[in-house]
Order: sequence, then C-alpha cells, then structure tokens
Amino acid sequence: MFTFRTFLLGTAAAAAAAGAVLAASEPDKATAAAIKARQSHMTLYAFNLGALGAMAKGERPYDAGAAQAAADNLAALVSMNQGAYWPAGSDSDSVTGTNALPKIWEDFAGVAEKGKALAQAVAELQEAAGMDLDSLRPAVGAVGKACGACHKAYRKPKE
Amino acid sequence: MRAALIFVAPVVAALLAALFLATQPRRADPAALAGVEGDAGRGARVFWAGGCASCHAAPKAEGDARLILSGGRRLVSPFGDFIAPNISSDPDHGIGGWSVADLASALRHGTSPDGAHYYPAFPYTSYAKMTYQDIADLRAFLAGLPASDRPNAPHELGFPFNIRRAVGLWKLLYFDTEWVLQDAPTPKLARGRYLAEALGHCGECHTPRNALGGLDRSRWLAGGPNPAGKGRIPNITPARLDWSEAEIAYYLETGFTPEFDSAGGEMAEVVENLSHLPPEDREALAAYLKAVPPVP
Repeated sequence: MFTFRTFLLGTAAAAAAAGAVLAASEPDKATAAAIKARQSHMTLYAFNLGALGAMAKGERPYDAGAAQAAADNLAALVSMNQGAYWPAGSDSDSVTGTNALPKIWEDFAGVAEKGKALAQAVAELQEAAGMDLDSLRPAVGAVGKACGACHKAYRKPKE
Repeated sequence: MRAALIFVAPVVAALLAALFLATQPRRADPAALAGVEGDAGRGARVFWAGGCASCHAAPKAEGDARLILSGGRRLVSPFGDFIAPNISSDPDHGIGGWSVADLASALRHGTSPDGAHYYPAFPYTSYAKMTYQDIADLRAFLAGLPASDRPNAPHELGFPFNIRRAVGLWKLLYFDTEWVLQDAPTPKLARGRYLAEALGHCGECHTPRNALGGLDRSRWLAGGPNPAGKGRIPNITPARLDWSEAEIAYYLETGFTPEFDSAGGEMAEVVENLSHLPPEDREALAAYLKAVPPVP
C-alpha cells in the first residue's frame, strides 16, 4: 500500500541515490569494460571454487578428475596478468558499479603480497585436489582465507 | 511549602542514594571461582570463539600477529570513538597482573579491577553469560600470549557519554543477561546458543540498537544500519538467511557463501576466528541460526 510514509522513504532513498551518483560518476566505456573484465574473472574463480566446495561440503560426491580440473582452472586464472583490469580511476569513490576501494591503488605492495598468498594457496590446492577428499578440504579452506584477506582489506562492504 | 520541602527532600535523597547504589559497579562472586582450575588448551577455544583478537589485536594484524593483544583499534560509534585497550600479558600496560576474579568481573559485570564501569563497546553484555570455567581457561590462555608495552589511549567520547559513572545507569536499563532463544532442547542447540549469544557476541553487531545503544532484543539478529557508518549489517534470522545449515557452517569455516563469493569486511575477521574452532562448534552455530525467531 502506498502511504505517505512510503512516499517519504522513497524520497529519502532517491535523495541518497542522487548523493551517491554525485560522489561517484558513471564510468566511461573503457573503465566499464575493465570493471566488467575483473568481475568476470571473479565469477570464474567462484564457479570453479563452487565445484570444489560442493565436494568439500559433502553436497556432491568426491570426483578426483573434476576436482583436479577445477583446481587447474583456478591455477590458470591466478597466473593471468590482471594489470589492465585495474585502470586508475576505476575505484568505488570515482565510479559506480564497483566495490573496489581506492586503497588498492594506494597500497600496491599490499595487494601484490595478498595476490602472492592466493597464488601459493591455489598451488597447494592444485597439489591436493586430485588426491582425496581429506586433502581437498583444508586446501579449499586455505584458498578461502586468501580470498577473504583481500576482500577484508580492499572491498567496500555491501550496502 | 517549607513543610512540604522538609517532607520531600529526604525522599529525593533516598531515591538518589538508591540510584547511586543500584548503578554501582559490581564484581564477580569469588566463591563461584573456588576450585575452578584454568586450562590454556581449552582457553584457546574460548579465545577464538570469543573473537578477542578482532578488537584487541593491533589494527591490520594478520596471522600469528593477531595473538599480540596490544590494542589500539578504533571502534567508531555514534557516541564517539572507543580505542581498544592493551590486554596482552604485559603486567603494566596489559592485563598480565589480573587474577581470574578480575577477568570474571570484567567479562561478566563490565567492571575493571579498580572498580570502574567499562563501556559496553566491550561486549560484556554478551560475555556476562560465560561460564566461570571458560573464564578461568581463557585467563590461562591469555597468560601465555606475548606481552606488548603499547600504552593505552583514552576513548574519544563526547559529553555526556564521557561520564563513565553513567554507564551504571545504562546497565540498569539495558544489561539483560537472559537468553534470547529461550528453548535450546538439544545439546547442539544449547552449545550453539552459548557460542552465539555469549562468546561469539553475534547480537552486538547483528541486532539493531536504540538511540542510547541498547539492543532491541525483539529484533534479535535482524540487522540494521552499521553503527560505524558505512553500509548495513545483514539480517541473519531465518526470515532472510535461507542458507542450509551445512552452508552456514561452511561459510563460518572458509568465508565462502553458497555462491562462492567470500566474506569481506569485519565478517572476514570473524571467519578467521571461527575457523580455529572444531567443526562441531560451527555446526552448532548454524543450528542456532536456524532456530532463532525469523524477523522480516
């Protein structure tokens, strides 16, 4: 039901949205493409981790071949050069459509260190994935830790 | 008029005296600690379930550095900024000199060894339900952690919140030690309730607060605006959190959501802490989250 209260709330939400747009502008074409590329990269991580996680959680029976394939994909993804995905001015303060905090561009050494930790965890997962479920479980957990370390430091919390 | 004043003044004085007494800091009962022996091994589990490192480790500390409880982290709130104190084993700057009773008074009553109220930014409102055994075990574990000589910084609070004695009044109003989930019929649910409502202090962030910072227990775990300013804290009652128990337990272990996004922000630290617990504790937490009343 539309009441005066919902009207007020709607107006407040619209004003807040307008404020956000003022603070961060619509990205230009090249920036939007870079944001889409890096988010797609994240989606590919998530898809492959999903296959491994389903086994680790016991939702799907362990399948050594499928586990190895997913881990190999993750290793390939980690090895890709992502430099062009992160152009200057594509942070969450500058443009809409991203949760990438400006800190990423201010603390490159920190980002690189966390990237290295992820690569290390994925390398260990690649070793463990095809062995058995007991080897897979902690290795997926370690990758989760590496994901979280970066998200904690460099991703804007969800609104 | 004068006669009325003569009659009223003692009543007012008596009321003020009663209020003064009722808002005095309280201490743990030493008799309850008699014969309770602390064990550092068990204390590690209490430490990680209690999330002590999230506030008391140095800002941005990672890995083993999170065991150096030098404090210094800033907790932003509508009342001002709280600066987490040093609770390392240093006898001068930390809490190395504390007895088990001192720790019990702090955790269960929000009272410092010198008899002052702590601000409820320190979640004694949850820790109040801790068992004396867990407190003794935690004491033993903390004693074995490294010392840090970082001096404590004062909180940066505005008037009237900087009047520490007034916390006694706040405690009268909002310091409620009843379980929120009244029925926990299985050992697993009872463990989950203890982990969530006492040690893990989930409600301190996930339950909305009123203007004076009291928890709205009718909206337990229903989320709300982040008191630190940015974003919202999610509703984790069954009304919104539709993950399975296995998915919740896995999230608490690895940070992975069912979509294989991963936890960020402060929750990433909570996951770091909870990943140290045995699996049955995370399963108990998941069972608890499925059992709390759904709040739309």
